[in-house]
Order: sequence, then C-alpha cells, then structure tokens
Amino acid sequence: MTELRRTLARQRYLLDYTVASMSRRRTRNLGLLLVYVGMVFLLASVLFYSSALKHEAGLLLAEAPDIVVQRMVAGRHALIPAQHAESLRGIRGVRVVEGRLWGYHYDPAVRANYTLLVPPADDVEPGTAVIGPALARARGAGIGDVLSFRGQDGTLHPFRIAAILPQESALASADLFLVAESDFRALFGIPEGQYTDIALQIPNPREERTVAEKVLEALPDSRPILRAEMLRTYDAVFDWRSALVLLPLSGALLAFAILAWEKASGLSADERREIGILKAVGWETGDILSMKFWEGGLLSLLAFLFGTAAAYWHVFGLSAPLLAPVMQGWSVLYPDFRLTPAIDATQLLALFCLTVLPYLAATLVPVWRAAVTDPDEVMR
Amino acid sequence: MMVQTPILALFMADLLGLLLLIPAGLFALQVLRHWDPSSGRAQQLRLEKRTPLVAAILGLVLLTQILALPLFVHTVDRMALQIVGAMCAVGTLNANFWGLPALLLRIGLFFLAAAWLLMHRMDKLAPDYPLIRAKYGLVLLILPLAAVTAGVQLAFFLQLDPDVITSCCGSLFSQGSESVAAHMAGLPALPTMFALYGTIGLALAAAGVYLRWRRALVPFGILATLSFPVAIAAIVAFLSLYVYEHPLHHCPFCLLQPDYGRIGYALYLPLFGATAIGLGLALSAAFARRQSLRDVLAAAAPPLVITAAAGLTLFAALAAWITSQSNLILIGY
Repeated sequence: MTELRRTLARQRYLLDYTVASMSRRRTRNLGLLLVYVGMVFLLASVLFYSSALKHEAGLLLAEAPDIVVQRMVAGRHALIPAQHAESLRGIRGVRVVEGRLWGYHYDPAVRANYTLLVPPADDVEPGTAVIGPALARARGAGIGDVLSFRGQDGTLHPFRIAAILPQESALASADLFLVAESDFRALFGIPEGQYTDIALQIPNPREERTVAEKVLEALPDSRPILRAEMLRTYDAVFDWRSALVLLPLSGALLAFAILAWEKASGLSADERREIGILKAVGWETGDILSMKFWEGGLLSLLAFLFGTAAAYWHVFGLSAPLLAPVMQGWSVLYPDFRLTPAIDATQLLALFCLTVLPYLAATLVPVWRAAVTDPDEVMR
Repeated sequence: MMVQTPILALFMADLLGLLLLIPAGLFALQVLRHWDPSSGRAQQLRLEKRTPLVAAILGLVLLTQILALPLFVHTVDRMALQIVGAMCAVGTLNANFWGLPALLLRIGLFFLAAAWLLMHRMDKLAPDYPLIRAKYGLVLLILPLAAVTAGVQLAFFLQLDPDVITSCCGSLFSQGSESVAAHMAGLPALPTMFALYGTIGLALAAAGVYLRWRRALVPFGILATLSFPVAIAAIVAFLSLYVYEHPLHHCPFCLLQPDYGRIGYALYLPLFGATAIGLGLALSAAFARRQSLRDVLAAAAPPLVITAAAGLTLFAALAAWITSQSNLILIGY
C-alpha cells in the first residue's frame, strides 16, 4: 500500500509541475488547445447530429405502416386501383388494408413543396384543411384564413384553415396539408377507386417477410416495402452521409497531427534548458516522459471536454446551423425543430479514437526525443 | 462496404498502431541481435536510450485496444439494424467469415499488449534488464498480430453490405437473401459450469499456494489465463441464458446492453483484468532465470496476484449470483 501511495504522490507532484510549466508557456499551449478544440468540435458535431437524425427517423418510422405496397408501371411508381387492395385482404396475417392518398403540391408563392395528405380517419371537412406549423409560418396563415391552390384543371380550389398541427411533431408535419378525400381527388384529378399506395398492418412482425412475398405473388406489378427496410435504409443513409462529411475532414485531421508533431518537436531553447536542468538535478528519462505525457493528456482532456460541450450546444441547442444544409436533405420548407439529445458511448469512443489517438501518436516520438536529451548537451 | 464514422475510427486506430509498431519491430530486431549490457559501445547506449520509446508505443497500442474493443463491439451491435436477420452483434459478426476472427484477434492483441507492459514493468525494476530478450521477442509477435487484425477487420467491413431498399425490392425476398445465423451454439450447461468453477477454483488455490509459499507463480498465471476462454464459454453456454431468462439466447454481447443493466461490464472488466495480469505474470515468471528478476517478482508479484485473484473471485461470485437469482431453470432436479 505504501508503494501505491508513493506512486500516486509522485504522479501528483509531476502533475503539479506540469500544470505550472504549461501555464508558463500560456500562449503557445492556448493556440494548440484552440485548434484541438476546433477539431473535436467539428467531428463531434457531425457525429452527434447524424445520430440525433437517426434517432428522430426511428421515432417517426415507429408510426409507419408495417408494409407499404406501391404499384410500379415501367419502373415508376403509379396509382394503385382499389381492386388490388381487395386481393390483399385475403392474405393470412394481414389485419388492416388501407388505401392511402397523398402527394406533393408546389406552391410558387413560397417556392416550396407541400405534402398533401388525406388523413386515414378522413375527419377533415370538405373545403377545409389542417396545416403544418412550418407551412403556416411560411404563408403567414392562421386559423380561419383561406389558402387557394390551382388544381390540375386550372381552377382555383380554396381551403379554409380549420387547425394548425402542434409544433412537437414538426419533423414529420412541418409541410403537411391535410385535406378531405373528395378535395384531394378534385385537386389532382385522381379518379375514384384509385389510391397512391396501400398500407398493410401485420400484427406479428415475424410474418412480415412472408406476407411481402405473398403480396408479390398476388400482385406481380407491385413493390412491397417493409418498415424494417425503411429503417435500415435511413440508418445506412445517415451513417453514410456523416462519414462523407467526415472524410474531407480527414485532411484537417492530418494537418492537426502535423501541427501537434511540430509543436512537440520544436522545443524552444528555454524548454531544452529546463529539461537539461531537471535531468541534472536527478530527474530520470521516465520522469520527463511522464511529465510530457501529463502535458499531452491534460491538453487532450481539456480539448475533448470543451469540444464535445461546444458541439452539444451547437447541435442540440442551436440545431446545428453549420451542418443542417448538408446532412438533412434539400427541402425548402424544412422544419424548425430541436433535436432530442441522443448520445451514446460509441460516439464518444469513436470521437476519442479520431482526435486524441492521432494527437498522442503524433507527439510520441518528439516527446521521447525531448526526454532522452542529455543534460550536458543543452547546458554546455 | 459500409462507410461509417466508428468504422473509420477503428481503421485509423489500427493504422496508427501499426505505424508505431513497425519501427518498434525493427528496433526489437536490433535488440535481439546486438543487445549486450556489458559493452560500452555507442550502439548499446543508443539501444538503451530507445527502450522507453518502445514502452510508450506499446502503452499507446494497449490504450488503442482498450478503446477499440468496446468500440468494435458497439459498432457491430448497432449495425445489426442494417442487416437482414441480424438481431444483435452476433448476427453482424456472422454476416461473413471475417467477423468473429476479427474480434478474437483484437482480444488477443489486447492481452499481449497488456502482458508486454507488465513484463516491461518487472524488467525496469531489476537493474540488469533480465527480460529484455523475452520482451522484444514478444514485440515481434505483436507486430504481425496487429497487422493481421487490421487486415481481417478491413476484410470484414469491406464485405459487409447494408441491406437497403433497392429500386425493385422484390429481389430482396426472392433471390435467396439468406438471413444470417443469429445464434451461437453453446456447450452443454452442466459440464461447462463444472469447468468454470473448477478452473477458477484451481487458479485461486494456486494463488493461495503462491502467497503462502512463494511457489507456483507460473501455474497460477497459466490458470488465470486459461480462465478467460473457459469463462467466455461459460457465458455463452449458460450465464447469458440465466441473464436473459431465455433458453436459446446465447449472445455474449447483449449483456452489455442497458436492457440487462449492462451487467456484462461487471463480468468482463474483472475477467479481462485478471487474465491480462495472469498472462503477464506467467510470461515474466517463465523467463525468470536470473536472480535479479526473481527478487523483483518476489517483491512486486504478490499484490498483482491478489488483484488477479480478486478479479476471478468477483467474476465467479457474480456468475453464481446470476445463476441463483434467475427465474430460468436450466438444470433439472
């Protein structure tokens, strides 16, 4: 035990000395710290942001139907007739078959696409609409106002706004425009008995793949999409995007490692003399090495803490203004939403590997070179 | 190929480790050929000056492995979402041939780096570098192992394709997309249980013998090292079943999930620690031909033996507790 205590005390004195010696070269260390924090901040922002988006997508898709059946004509998505829905009802394991009507409408006034949707319960009165919060903001529309769209036949279709959707579900509902079925068909000229796609509910998730195969057998011109597939695709896409943003940053990482190497190897005459004196008064190579590692460790720790804290604030406080255009997508009416903080140990570990390891590796050799300096070499 | 940030981080960690280990390996060759403490030649002085650098490199490699091991497991676990049929890390690792070897190599690298550092510590305590040849021989083993680990991991991730929606996703169902085997076969429960408590019991007995009579350090080290594969087999064969209370779920990784109170960390940390110390002690003691090293070991080994024995005891106690409080009945009366 006494030996352990002695080792700890020794490390504490070394740490004390290191802190004092670092504060003596404040500007130099602050410069490096600033670059280091910037590096951690950039990488951490990308990581936090992509995982928050994945988290959000997962929450959204939890509500999605188990299988969506689309009809394909010449490789393109086409309207699906109601008879198709009938033939799907016979498949064992399917509880609910539901034709859905949805589409996009371009509004030249705000140069944005709205998502028009007939809610499944069809509780919107004909002639009225329920709209998303971002859409309401863009058009400056309130409850009771009237919005008009030019339909497929050139006539104007006025909609009185009955309600505005709550802000909480903004990511999904920002640009939503809920209308009645009759209005939807009139606006886009979709005949009765035709739907955009068909949603299936399957109570037992293990039957999903089998049902999908049966759908394909029953309707060879259709394309069944499983919710699990959508989830997988979103997950892969967000991972891929964040890695694509990070790849160009690897150049910056290399530059940072070179800077760290430079800083660690370009010992000033002052520092060399200091090391020489320390060795002359009895410090061993191992002590100098420990001191230098403490220096690097402290710097890394500070940079890691400040960098991740700043990135946290940037992503979850400010909704990542620096990254949003690249990572989110390209929609104009993008919701103004706050991401739910979703950070796990994997990201922090990955971040640590990407920032601290290169720093430690880059400074290893210069630090050793400084530590083995002979006192007579520098004090002569 | 999956491009993901944690995968990039793993590659970089491996690459950095290799970049540092290659000069260390070259240096090891020089040491093995020219090391002669009695000579006062410039070359000998240069070699002596360079040993702290190699120690620092191995320290960094160990740190890398300590970080990379959980990162690898977590990443693989998360990727199960993107692979059809994979429920957790086992499914992803089974998605192609290289998954499990990559994990095992990584664990091996971790233990060798830890054992090297322990040997280095012992070596430094003695005045005449008694372990220098054994140490640098081990570096020559670690270097190719690190290279193979990096290569196998690269192969694993390169062959891993996420199953995303294709323009015609009928292909996903019809063209025989095989669902990966998400199961791990376990050994029969009762014999594995005997093996686990037997091995740990023997290791603890050896620890007792060493602490009382200062003998049998090598057998203790070997038994502590052996406890690792036995314990992993036990986790797969019965411990995980007791935790999940499910007779078929053999996964050793889901233990790390918050759903099970992250109990895996409480199991794995003492186990890895005890095994690393055991391996280091076994190697140090096996090469202790000189008196100086024996003196060093006599002074420095007992606390390490106590630590390793405590780790093994903790593991066994936790295993027994899990078995006793589980609602699953695996072994009939």
